[in-house]
Amino acid sequence: MTNILSGEVRVGVELTPLELPPISRTTLALFAGASGDHNPIHIDLDVARSAGLDDVFAHGMLSMAYLGRLLTNWVPQERIRSYRVRFAAITPVHGRPTCTGRVVSVEDGLATLELAVTLADGTVTLAGEATVTVS
Amino acid sequence: MPVDPGVVGTELPAVTMTVDAGRLRFFAKAIGETSEVYAGPGDVLPVPPSFLFGLELEAPDSFRWLADLGVDLRRVLHGEQSFVYHSLAHSGDTLVARPRITDVYTKKGGALEFIVKQTEVTRADGSAVAELTSTVVVRHPEAVR
Repeated sequence: MTNILSGEVRVGVELTPLELPPISRTTLALFAGASGDHNPIHIDLDVARSAGLDDVFAHGMLSMAYLGRLLTNWVPQERIRSYRVRFAAITPVHGRPTCTGRVVSVEDGLATLELAVTLADGTVTLAGEATVTVS
Repeated sequence: MPVDPGVVGTELPAVTMTVDAGRLRFFAKAIGETSEVYAGPGDVLPVPPSFLFGLELEAPDSFRWLADLGVDLRRVLHGEQSFVYHSLAHSGDTLVARPRITDVYTKKGGALEFIVKQTEVTRADGSAVAELTSTVVVRHPEAVR
C-alpha cells in the first residue's frame, strides 16, 4: 500500500485503488442505520416503486464513505483539510464501486487530490477533490 | 412546486449528538472498514471523514425541513457534498450541528431545483470541528414536458 508516510508526495502519484464488493441490500440497510440516513428510497422497494423507480439505489454518502476510506488508508485523518464530491450518477444495487485518487498539485505544504468512484461498467458515480497537508 | 427563494437564510434547528464508539464501529462495519483505527475495541475512535453528514439526521424528523419547503423526498437526489475540517472529532465529543439554507436556484427550465444548505459543526464548548455544504437536487420532470 502506498502510504503518505512511506513515499514522496508529488504530482501524478496514484493512491492504491480501493475495490469494493458488489453493494447488497444488507449493506444499504446497515448504512441507513449507521449513517442515520433513513430515507426509504434506499431501503424500501415499495417506496422506490411509488416514485416510478424499478428498484432502490445506494446512498451517495455510502460511496463518499468508501472514498473516505481510500483517503484514510493513505493519510492520517488529521491531515485531511477538505473533502468534497459531486454525485454524478446513481449507484444501483449490486453495483461494484472502485475508488481512485491521484495527486494533482502540491503547493505550500498542501496536496490536492482528484478523486473518483467508478462502477465496473465505467460509469463515474462520484467525482471529487480533497486537500491534505503534507509537511 | 418550486421552492420559495425567500427561504434563503433560514436557520434550521440545531442538533446535538454525543458520538459513541459503538456507533462509529457500526459505521465502520457498514462501510467495510476493518482498520483498528476505526473499528478497534477502544473507547476513543476518530469520527471518520464523512460521518458528520449524519449529525443533522439524528433529529427526530430529520427530513421535515424538506417537507416544509414543499419537497417530495422521493424526488430528492444528493447533488454535492463538501467538508472543510478544523479539528478531528472523536467518540465522546458532544457535537452541535447548526444548519442553514444558503441558496436556492433552478436549472433546465425548472426541471432541476437546487437547495444549498451549510452546516457549522462545533463541540459543545464552541471549538470548531468542520463546515459542511450539501446541495440537494429536486427533480421536477413535469416542468420540461
